[in-house]
Amino acid sequence: MSKRSENMMIDAGMRNDLGHPLDYRELNRRIREVIASGEDRLVLMNVMGQRYIASATSNPRMRIEIHGTPGNDLGAFLNGGVIEVFGNAQDVTANTMNDGRIIVHGNSGDITGLAARGGTLLVKGNSGYRVGIHIKEFEGKGPNLVIGGYVNDYLGEYMAGGTILVLGLEVEGSPVGLHVGAGMHGGRIYVRGGLEKHQLGPAACLADMDEKDEKVVSNLIDQYEQAFNIKVDRSVPVSKVMPLDSRPFRGHYDSTTI
Amino acid sequence: MRPNIKIPEKYRVVIDNDACISCKRCIKECSYGVLDFKDEKVKVKDGCVSCLRCVIECPTSAIEVSEKPSQFAPHAVFSPEIRRSIISQANSGGVLLSSCGANAEYMDIFNDILLDAAQVTNPSIDPLREPVETKTYLGRRPGKVVVDENGKIDLDASETPIVVMDMPIMIGHISLGSISYNAQASLFRAASELNIIAGTGEGGLHADFYPMAKNLCAEVASGRFGVTSNYLREVSCVDIKIGQGAKPGHGGHLPGEKVQKLISETRMIPLGTDALSPYPHHDIYSIEDLQQLISVLKESTEYKVPVGVKIAAVHNVGAIASGIVRAGADFLTIDGLRGGTGSAPRVIRDHAGMPIEIAVSAVDQRLEQEGLRDKVTLCASGSIRTAADMIKCIALGADVVGVCTSAMVAMGCTVCQQCHRGACSWGIATQRPELSSRIDIDIATRRIVNMFHAWNEELKEILGAMGIDSVESLVGNRDRLRYIGPNPRIAEILDVKHSGEGWG
Ligand code: SF4
Ligand code: SF4
Repeated sequence: MSKRSENMMIDAGMRNDLGHPLDYRELNRRIREVIASGEDRLVLMNVMGQRYIASATSNPRMRIEIHGTPGNDLGAFLNGGVIEVFGNAQDVTANTMNDGRIIVHGNSGDITGLAARGGTLLVKGNSGYRVGIHIKEFEGKGPNLVIGGYVNDYLGEYMAGGTILVLGLEVEGSPVGLHVGAGMHGGRIYVRGGLEKHQLGPAACLADMDEKDEKVVSNLIDQYEQAFNIKVDRSVPVSKVMPLDSRPFRGHYDSTTI
Repeated sequence: MRPNIKIPEKYRVVIDNDACISCKRCIKECSYGVLDFKDEKVKVKDGCVSCLRCVIECPTSAIEVSEKPSQFAPHAVFSPEIRRSIISQANSGGVLLSSCGANAEYMDIFNDILLDAAQVTNPSIDPLREPVETKTYLGRRPGKVVVDENGKIDLDASETPIVVMDMPIMIGHISLGSISYNAQASLFRAASELNIIAGTGEGGLHADFYPMAKNLCAEVASGRFGVTSNYLREVSCVDIKIGQGAKPGHGGHLPGEKVQKLISETRMIPLGTDALSPYPHHDIYSIEDLQQLISVLKESTEYKVPVGVKIAAVHNVGAIASGIVRAGADFLTIDGLRGGTGSAPRVIRDHAGMPIEIAVSAVDQRLEQEGLRDKVTLCASGSIRTAADMIKCIALGADVVGVCTSAMVAMGCTVCQQCHRGACSWGIATQRPELSSRIDIDIATRRIVNMFHAWNEELKEILGAMGIDSVESLVGNRDRLRYIGPNPRIAEILDVKHSGEGWG
């Protein structure tokens, strides 16, 4: 039986004899032990850049609260459960996420959500380069990435499915960089506050929002508002980026037998 | 002027009408639509690729395929192939695709290397009567030996996981998608029977194949297709694919036509979309980044499976290999220039990389110099065609060889280089059910098992003749090789003496 009442706590900043904080291997081993013991709540305090935290976690009831700054590859191959970061996340958060939920009360770094194929990622602030690269979807299941502030170049590169929403809160002008959706061949990117055609990468185009899009965006904004207790002004227009084709490089090759 | 200039036909199909019994079998067998039955006779149209399916299946051997004699006027520089490429590109404006390994006349250095044998001063061993060990271990060497209370070496006690194989052979990574379900099932079953490892390729693992996972190596490529934590934990080892010898630096592109139900389920992508693998892993721009992916895979599998890295043999391969070992890879695969592919731009396939013979020796020497060689298992692939290639490759420095094309030839492949067209008449490189059903999984499995069994017996014969009783003692034993080719500089780089030079 799980002991829901009390939170398990690990102090990741605990010093060893040499005065170093917990090594990532030790920290992750302890996290796995807690998960295996049937606990479904865990609080990590004083996290100091330890990498690979909670990778491959699968228990859908698991809740991991992180205070401090987790290192790269937070929640890689995540398969279920909720990870909530009270601080900033670094690079490759949600690497190849399959399911579950990651909430970051701060910024996240480059290649956030790399190759994810399910689950939800909510970032309160800004995010780096190549966010949502090669995310994909299958049989109606795809990842949702919501970034509250600004996202740098190559958003949604190679995107093969899934949904990205950039809210642009407290951003002047377009909240996305250049080469948006470069090589995309599936999925959809919504940009609140819009973007110019010249910001698009090859194989991406701007499309009109329809009723279904409005619903998807509204639902994601609901989730964002709830997660961060912020009100988002819904009167700001949202632009939609779509792939030109599900097969962008058709015609690029010649299969003739030489 | 016509917009398209026709490329002259390459092959001529001749039907011996006296021998033909009009069974029409060849018409069904030809997946390229070359044969037709009209006026009670087999009629030949354009487009023969010399896959030889009809020739082999014809019950009366009535079909002959040969190169057409009416070729381009001879020219020493503008080969027919170059002229054909130019015409095709002027027609299409496209990047020319091909498949299989490099088809350019680059040096085949294996053929320039001779093996040593034992005479007088060291006795040879008869492998039929004395044990010759071919067991091979894949994974990071622990650097210490743990012995249990019975005096047996305890493999599980080492901190790093080790995979034991009965032969120094791995069936390379060939994805479901690049080959058919039946073809992949046969390769996997053969690997299980032989107790060796087969690579899954980058398309994930079909649910039916999980029972064989203990003999499989999962590939994590830039597209991360089908890669889930469950998959990574089931297999015996995990390989990060950085590159492939047939197309160094290039990504993957499985055309939408091949992404049918089976493939879409396994790769977890929608039906009919192109499956594109980015050229680099965008989380890896440095050795430090690679270290992160290695580490996160180890964390995600709780350090229970070895994690390797596969790269194409490129000019700086020694230094890159050193970095990969330092980054924590448990095994390292180098894929040479002549390695196969289901589809690659011809210009890369034929013009980029380096032969595996040079690469494996360079890597072995470099790791040795840096004191890293003992830590890691070195796999080498890229046109290991026969047991002889395998043995020379091991003596040049590999612990394990990776084999793909020969395993496909065992199933029927004739190396016709049409894999990228998806119409393989032998049922291998295709997703068309009426073609893939041509592979009988039981028979194909048996044929692959037979071939590798024979290779392993040949390996023992050679080891015995060299007076070596375990394949591990052949690894990097370049002293037992001699070079007999045209360019002594190659011998120097290989660290192999020239034929005629003794040991002294
Ligand atoms: S398979 Fe042979 S015998 Fe049958 S129709 Fe073709 S050429 Fe004639
Ligand atoms: S797999 Fe098929 S298409 Fe590819 S080379 Fe072999 S016979 Fe030809």
